[in-house]
Amino acid sequence: MPTYTLHINGKKQEVEVAQGTTLLWVLREHLGLTGTKYSCGIALCGSCTIHVDNRPVRACTLKVENFSKGQNIRTIEGLSDHADHPVQKAWVKAQVPQCGYCQSGQIMQAVALLESNPNPSPEEIKTYMNGILCRCGTYLRVIKAIGLAATNQTQET
Amino acid sequence: MPGSPKLVGRREFLKTSGGVALFITAAGILPQLISCSDAKKIREQLEKHLITAWVRITEDGKITIYNPAAEMGQGSMTSLPLIFAEEMDADWSNVSVEFSPQETEIYGAEGWMPGSKLMFTVGSRTTKSYYPVMRKAGAQARYILLSSAAAHWNVPIAELTTFESHVIHESTNKKISYGGLVPFLMMPEILPDFTAERLKKPKDFHLIGAKIPRTEIPAKVDGSAQFAIDLRLPDMVYGVLERGKRHGAKPILTNETEIHALNGVLEIITFDYAIGVVASSLEQALFAKQQLKIDWSESQATGFNSQKVYSHYEAIAGRSTKGKITNKIGNVDRAMQVASKTYSADFKNDYVYHAQMEPLNAVIQVAADLKTAEVWVGSQQGQDTKLGVPDILGIPPEDVNVHLQYLGGGFGRRSMSDFVKECAVLAKKMAPLPVKLIWTREDDITYGTFRPLSLQRLKVCTNALGTITGFSHCVIGDGGNLVASGARNDHYDIPNQLVEWREASHGIRLKHWRSVGHAPNKFAIECMLDEIALDQGTDPLDFRRKLMAKSPRALATLEKAEEMSGWKSPSPEGRAKGVAFVEHGSLGTGVCEISVDHSNGKIRVYNFWIALDAGVIVQPDNVKAQMEGGIIMGMSSVLKEQITIVNGKVQQSNFHDYNLLRMEDTPESIQTIFIDSNETPEGVGETATPMVACAIANAFLRLTGKRLRHLPFTPDRVLAVLNQ
Repeated sequence: MPTYTLHINGKKQEVEVAQGTTLLWVLREHLGLTGTKYSCGIALCGSCTIHVDNRPVRACTLKVENFSKGQNIRTIEGLSDHADHPVQKAWVKAQVPQCGYCQSGQIMQAVALLESNPNPSPEEIKTYMNGILCRCGTYLRVIKAIGLAATNQTQET
Repeated sequence: MPGSPKLVGRREFLKTSGGVALFITAAGILPQLISCSDAKKIREQLEKHLITAWVRITEDGKITIYNPAAEMGQGSMTSLPLIFAEEMDADWSNVSVEFSPQETEIYGAEGWMPGSKLMFTVGSRTTKSYYPVMRKAGAQARYILLSSAAAHWNVPIAELTTFESHVIHESTNKKISYGGLVPFLMMPEILPDFTAERLKKPKDFHLIGAKIPRTEIPAKVDGSAQFAIDLRLPDMVYGVLERGKRHGAKPILTNETEIHALNGVLEIITFDYAIGVVASSLEQALFAKQQLKIDWSESQATGFNSQKVYSHYEAIAGRSTKGKITNKIGNVDRAMQVASKTYSADFKNDYVYHAQMEPLNAVIQVAADLKTAEVWVGSQQGQDTKLGVPDILGIPPEDVNVHLQYLGGGFGRRSMSDFVKECAVLAKKMAPLPVKLIWTREDDITYGTFRPLSLQRLKVCTNALGTITGFSHCVIGDGGNLVASGARNDHYDIPNQLVEWREASHGIRLKHWRSVGHAPNKFAIECMLDEIALDQGTDPLDFRRKLMAKSPRALATLEKAEEMSGWKSPSPEGRAKGVAFVEHGSLGTGVCEISVDHSNGKIRVYNFWIALDAGVIVQPDNVKAQMEGGIIMGMSSVLKEQITIVNGKVQQSNFHDYNLLRMEDTPESIQTIFIDSNETPEGVGETATPMVACAIANAFLRLTGKRLRHLPFTPDRVLAVLNQ
């Protein structure tokens, strides 16, 4: 089986998997970065959202061989050292998660949104976040948390 | 009891997690245990710094409280320990929470039958059923601390008070922390039975009802919260199953040799209804699954077409023979005979699917001698609570150790253990290798267990004054309570009522789905009320006010919802409000405001207002989150979701053809106000969801004069109704 070198969360990691293996299985089952979740496998729910060169992508449909050319891969584990990224703090302040399963994807998508548009309108938030499903129905709190993060109101009360 | 294998097993478990001092349980089995245990043993255990089976205290003041319920987003990881900490007077900032062992005798709450015990996170009954258990256990823990301090200081226990993890003796100005008491802990001779009168009064609560963040949320924002699907063990192998699209069909694998030859494939295991493949890696297992060539048998579901079955249901509803009566008050037939006016309508609902975001999965490791097993699973538990694994392995329940993990959504699907048993079959074959079984999303949908399709035929009569005198509710569908729950009217003053269920079975897998039969049945009931109110020219809220005259708690929710929604003030042009009342443990009235796009049939929901009486509210913000989530899931099912079956085969397979509500369709606001109450907490997880269909349909009726009577209200159906 071929070996691939991936740049993940600032570290080089080697993995030996068959060509065509998705980034999602590589991250989760081979490298133990299980914060990125499997849910639909066809890029329709967004639970597996990660960043490649700062853009949000769905890891479940990406083949490993296309991401071993030095691209910077960032997962939820690489977002901050102590869960203190402003978006994570906003998430805690707004008490967003319920079951929590989709939340890594929600947060990674939200971080990408704010990196490209630091002060999005509610409509812009809805459009940008629309690809990330949440069955527990936390959408209103996701919108609220993104607003808190955008306006630096992330201190816990 | 002492010396029995069960007791030894428990003690062993508790030792592995740091030792145990005392077995204090809700049932108060402590005295027996103490009198039969040897004192030296108790002393040894006390030295390990544990107080009861529910709590562990260490000298540095850290307190661990065990949560006996599944955590699937509903907040049990906070609410139950919080109730315990309230009575214990624990300093919450030093409390951490862990899942309790899955040992029903110690950690169960009262089940459906009085005196029974269950660990089963279903029916929105967790907070309600554990409220007395956690309060009593917390009070017992506090009493042990108090009596130990009394002995240590040689003062009467009655002179001691507690506050934030400290015992205080005011007259001598002495104060000791709970952690500081650990070396002096001793077991009181008698442990009082803490009846309700000896527990805190709600006015003295400082944790219950306060704004307390959920304990597990930090782990859910940095990816560290562990779901069963995240588990990785040395030498773990991966299992997948190919199940028939037709429920109940039996497989014959026709290319076994080819599959065995694939890279990484370790085993092929035949089930009655599936072919299982175990491989070294997940991608290998999934690849092999795609290559399987299987001939499927016919089954009971063969020939069943879900969208064509309603005419058959209408025929069943028209028969004169009654079905199983589930509620009867007065004499509906006679009321109909003497009535001034009668109303009749049919309401329908298609199958819906749970769509929990974490597909079903489990990890099981069976020992090489096949005599013990470790199970990691996100389960709503039950089968108390080894989840069927002992039967598969042929070993006693105490030799199966279940490690409960966070659930990536439950909604009723994870109260069934089919996926755990499948994993046990694979793990037995692969022993001692641990097996991770994963259902793909396609597996999860095509072999799903659905909320049943059903038809509700309602007949209602009124007297000359327009008062409802008879209410007949006939449910046709499969699954008994799965279709019949929520068909009663306990809060409307109607003298003659009849609820009956008429069975129709099609071999389709069914399961409880958030709020079970309440959503379809409240849809029928609440829409019927609005149709009668419209016919009488009465405001639908005023109409309900009259019906609720004898149910003040229900009425209070109605009037609060009226106030907060500005019911009487007109909606903006093109919008209308609709109201619905639901009881599901707690009582709630919901009002929504919608518009309809006549060009494409799309319904838009702007706002939802909910007034809720759920007794004592343990975690206010979390209850609001449950209302928000319940409304969103309700909207999703009402506006989008539909499973259809053709010739017994499920037609949907993933989120491209099973649509869930996305953020673009989220309402602008969902507001909840609580009715003040000191009553025992009632469940809140399933009260909001059933409001949605009826509130939307009632708003639609007021907006357009047309009736939506078939769920879901997809744009096509809405257009068809508009064009009628």
